[in-house]
Amino acid sequence: MNNTFYGKLIFELSQHGRQGYSLPENRCAEYQMSDLPKGLMRENAPLLPEVDELSVVRHYTNMSNNNFGVDTGFYPLGSCTMKYNPKINEEIAAHREFTGLHPLQNPETAQGALAVYYFLQTSLAEISGLSEFTLNPYAGAHGELTGLMIMRGYHLERGDVKRTKVIIPDSAHGTNPASSAVCGLDVVVVKSRPDGTVDVDDLRPLLDDTVAGMMMTNPNTLGIFEQNIGVIAKAVHDAGGLMYYDGANLNPMLGKVRPGDIGFDIMHINLHKTFSTPHGGGGPGSGPVGVRAGLEHLLPNPRVVKVETEDYDYFKLECSDQSIGSISGHLGNFGVMMRALAYILTLGRDQLKWVGPLATLNANYIKESLKDVYELPIGGVCKHEFVYDGLKDKSTGVTTLDVAKRLLDYGFHAPTIYFPLLFHEALMVEPTENESKQTLDEFIRIMRVIAQEAKDDPEMVKTAPHNTPVRRLDDTQAALHPIVTWRELVADNQ
Amino acid sequence: MSKIIEGLYYSESHEYVKVEGDFGFIGITDYAQHELGNVVYVDMPEVDDEVTAGEDFGAVESVKAASDLMSPVSGTVVEVNEALEDEPGLINKDAFENWIIKVELSDKSELDSLMDAAAYKDMIGE
Repeated sequence: MNNTFYGKLIFELSQHGRQGYSLPENRCAEYQMSDLPKGLMRENAPLLPEVDELSVVRHYTNMSNNNFGVDTGFYPLGSCTMKYNPKINEEIAAHREFTGLHPLQNPETAQGALAVYYFLQTSLAEISGLSEFTLNPYAGAHGELTGLMIMRGYHLERGDVKRTKVIIPDSAHGTNPASSAVCGLDVVVVKSRPDGTVDVDDLRPLLDDTVAGMMMTNPNTLGIFEQNIGVIAKAVHDAGGLMYYDGANLNPMLGKVRPGDIGFDIMHINLHKTFSTPHGGGGPGSGPVGVRAGLEHLLPNPRVVKVETEDYDYFKLECSDQSIGSISGHLGNFGVMMRALAYILTLGRDQLKWVGPLATLNANYIKESLKDVYELPIGGVCKHEFVYDGLKDKSTGVTTLDVAKRLLDYGFHAPTIYFPLLFHEALMVEPTENESKQTLDEFIRIMRVIAQEAKDDPEMVKTAPHNTPVRRLDDTQAALHPIVTWRELVADNQ
Repeated sequence: MSKIIEGLYYSESHEYVKVEGDFGFIGITDYAQHELGNVVYVDMPEVDDEVTAGEDFGAVESVKAASDLMSPVSGTVVEVNEALEDEPGLINKDAFENWIIKVELSDKSELDSLMDAAAYKDMIGE
């Protein structure tokens, strides 16, 4: 139970004149403040909280207890793959030999780090069925942009300048059209069928010599495998376009299906999803991009290449004029790569093959266990995630938002809600492979309890959460008039 | 049960046009505002901008989602509803009263391809 007194803002705990530390003797006493240039001097003293050390410790310890993460409870956030980050990843990534490196030091003295980069790159290539990866992009959307620049570069180097269109399904993640626009390409939307898969009949007329390529996730945003992927890839290739695989939903395929084997030419992987590196609340992320054979020369500068000699192998950085150029300051988020490689090596080839099947099994287990009380718009086997269209009994007026808020009272993170937009009351669950049957059973039990509460006491569910540090927030006011600093709070209270 | 007004023209993407002479007032329907939830921002074009039937002319952002506004007709923007800049929630209060843009219609025959109140009612299944 958190202490509400120390849960106040640090500024509210401040007492004028209180000091929590002793300053050392001033060894620059001969200098006067007035010696500093006027432009560097502030007119008023900074408004800092004046608190004693114990209050600071209690304040931040209480605050840290309000955090919710994968380490504190089940996190079924659909489309995000919020999987556990094994502690061994942290131990490996914290090795001083790596954390002490400087990005500008001579590559000859950082061979271990380059070996990690190269080994992870080749591992991802083997896992994906592609030829080579760059690990330089900092996040998924950054990877998308990189991949699209490669797609564009492929056409431009052949002098095919009229290919400016990217085809994107209407169920796609919002980053796909955004990345295309940033890359200077035009977005053409292809419709989905009722189950969310691409409508091949709608796709065919769109394919002409102005199409640069097509972006897809597979399984799609509803967790359904695109069974027509072979037909789609052939149609796009026949029209001269390239296939881009958005790795957002790679998790259920891991170890079972390789994007390179089903017709994709370029892809990105979210290491912070599929390869268990920290995610949410700022990451940092990592969005490696892979290409099929024949496109490697377009990968961003620099590339880490292995040089084999008679005596030993070593690694060096290589830049090329044919590349799309540099897309990051150095070699990406290296600490994230360490964690991803630790995950791959901890599981090993045989166990990695179980990730996809177990993620799929867990999702289907929940989906089937609740479909009598929650509306399941698309039956059949799903992959890593699935979507309910709210409660089955809509007469109570309890919405998906209310169910999500009530889950917080029971110590679960809310699922993804109102996405995808194909349904009115979308509630999207992705359990990942990490959760035990007992955790899934408890989640199922609570979801049933909430469905019953919606009938017995709808008002209570509509006003949830009741047990959290803050109650239901006013989303509209928060979006219109966000109060993000203490000064704004004081001004607002007055 | 959403409000639907007779005499207006409706698009499949839930915009309406209220025609007065050569001008059309374009907004989103009551059904659309209900589906979106509380509107927090309306991205509008500027006066004198051209809009084209079937293409987006702005966006409406709610607590649930951001959605493009598709123009049901073509023409030139002669007025935007500036009240929505300060109080986008007006759309939730009355979506038909609080139109988004006023357009000088360039091709009135485009109205023929839009739905009337009865057809729109059928489409949303109410």
